[in-house]
Amino acid sequence: MKTTNEYSIGEYFIAVALIMLIFGLIFGVLASANYIFPAYSKNWLGFVQLRPLHVSSIMFFILIGASGCVYSSFNIISPYKINNSLAKLQLGCWILSIIFILFSYFNSKFGGREYWEFPPKYAILIAFTWLLFIINVIRIIRETKEKPVYIWMWATGIFFFILTFSENYLWQFPYFREHFVKDMTIQWKANGSLVGSWNQLIYGTSFFLIEKISKNKSYAKSNLAFVMYFLGLFNLMFNWGHHIYTLPTDSYVRYVSYIVSMTEWIFLARIIYTFRKNLTEAQKLFHHFPYRFLFASEIWVFLNLSLALVMSVPAFNLYTHGTHVTVAHAMGTTIGINTMILLGACFEFLKPETDLLSNGSKLLKFFFWSFQITLFVFWITLIIMGIKKGLWQMGNQSDSFNMMMSTLHGEFQVFVVSGFMLMISLVVIIISLLNSFFRNHFQFKTI
Amino acid sequence: MKHYWKIYFFTLLQIGFFIYSYILYSSNSFQYRNDYKSSSAQQGELVWQKYNCQSCHQMYGLGGYLGPDLTNVISVKGKNNNYILAIIKSGSIQMPSFNLSDVEKINLIEFLKSTDASGKADPRSFDSQFTGMISNK
Repeated sequence: MKTTNEYSIGEYFIAVALIMLIFGLIFGVLASANYIFPAYSKNWLGFVQLRPLHVSSIMFFILIGASGCVYSSFNIISPYKINNSLAKLQLGCWILSIIFILFSYFNSKFGGREYWEFPPKYAILIAFTWLLFIINVIRIIRETKEKPVYIWMWATGIFFFILTFSENYLWQFPYFREHFVKDMTIQWKANGSLVGSWNQLIYGTSFFLIEKISKNKSYAKSNLAFVMYFLGLFNLMFNWGHHIYTLPTDSYVRYVSYIVSMTEWIFLARIIYTFRKNLTEAQKLFHHFPYRFLFASEIWVFLNLSLALVMSVPAFNLYTHGTHVTVAHAMGTTIGINTMILLGACFEFLKPETDLLSNGSKLLKFFFWSFQITLFVFWITLIIMGIKKGLWQMGNQSDSFNMMMSTLHGEFQVFVVSGFMLMISLVVIIISLLNSFFRNHFQFKTI
Repeated sequence: MKHYWKIYFFTLLQIGFFIYSYILYSSNSFQYRNDYKSSSAQQGELVWQKYNCQSCHQMYGLGGYLGPDLTNVISVKGKNNNYILAIIKSGSIQMPSFNLSDVEKINLIEFLKSTDASGKADPRSFDSQFTGMISNK
């Protein structure tokens, strides 16, 4: 009989990821406050620093959290196969990267491109860290007999991350910077696929958790699951062009992306088709916190996929591109889908069982719902702001940019307040998880 | 044995991905004619990145949301080189002032000239078709 390795290195990754999520939330709220209190922090920590601090912290949360979930899952699937020394070195390198990068932002040392604004030399450390992950996971996969769809997804995500991350740094060679439009096309090709690669890691974890919770092992091996996986991979590879519909690049980029993005209707149709079945299952398992988060992520997939489908039609994209609708989509997917799945996984792996914030306590249920509601208000407000800006950019633009922004003041206030409430809800949930981690590993509590 | 179709399909997608990537990298179409960046403009892009201008400003609608899109700022009536350099030096309510060296100033202006020459970022410069596709006016 298989037993789970009691020492789970994955849980250490998860704890570091959760701390990064707290940082990301705080920096995000501080950055958003600039919308209603212009330049309140200009002289000590400006928006120029706060935005990359927020974005990088959240990306570290996603990447380290997803790595931790993969390790924790393998700890159950193939106990004792993880090379813990290699994984410890990987985690150490992540922590070193975080220190270097956040320190460089605090000192206004930039040099990178959007989402990776840190000085490019630190990318080498991240790539090295990822290579350690690849070595460890390939070893485990080779020794794992059965390969359900989530193992394919993890392998794909890990491989494509290093590929697209490297592609994202081709601009370091002057040859790739000679043509502005071509350079931007490649930048967004890499960025778009890179997001798809961590989605593979996270959705794979979701598949694993559903299998574990429902105790139904057949779905992750079914042909339908693999068809969905290949459709996701197809979109990862070819559906990045909607970011650059207005860029004067080769027109086939637009056509390819428009056509490929329409295959996402299949995902939407599947969600609608299986909704009744999922709802019945949810009624049975909703008390179980990991499942609760996974079910919430399904709802957010539906909302964001619907928004993505609208944005993928070039004629509508003219109204949404460069507006807060794009931000709504980014926030909806990173918080509503990625964070929701990762939190569900954290509850499954860390199992907070006692205390005020135990798994299923009234207080935790309250913060679960406040998280969902504040996120919805946050998301809708961004869409409204985006629509207003979209109408301005497609109108006669009689108002200047600053005048248009001042008409959004009411929405900015709702955006900042809901963002703050969202942060509070999430921090309470994270503390309950960290409590559990510290109790399990060090016999003490954070609160 | 039963994994064969998966491996076949995976390989097929990989090949498609690398072919598509190759086409993009090797593309030298006429649309790129006006987007060549001189050495100075290339250095100017690094200045843009060094001061993290992208956190607030956009190029072709990509970047931050606090400030306006700057793709074609250099050709906006009344906003010449001196105006742009003055804004960079003095800042605004939200924008901090930046103390660029003379070389950085020249390079940044060259970069903004090259982005302007590459095309129009204004979404109104497109026509929508009944298929949902767009084309340049």
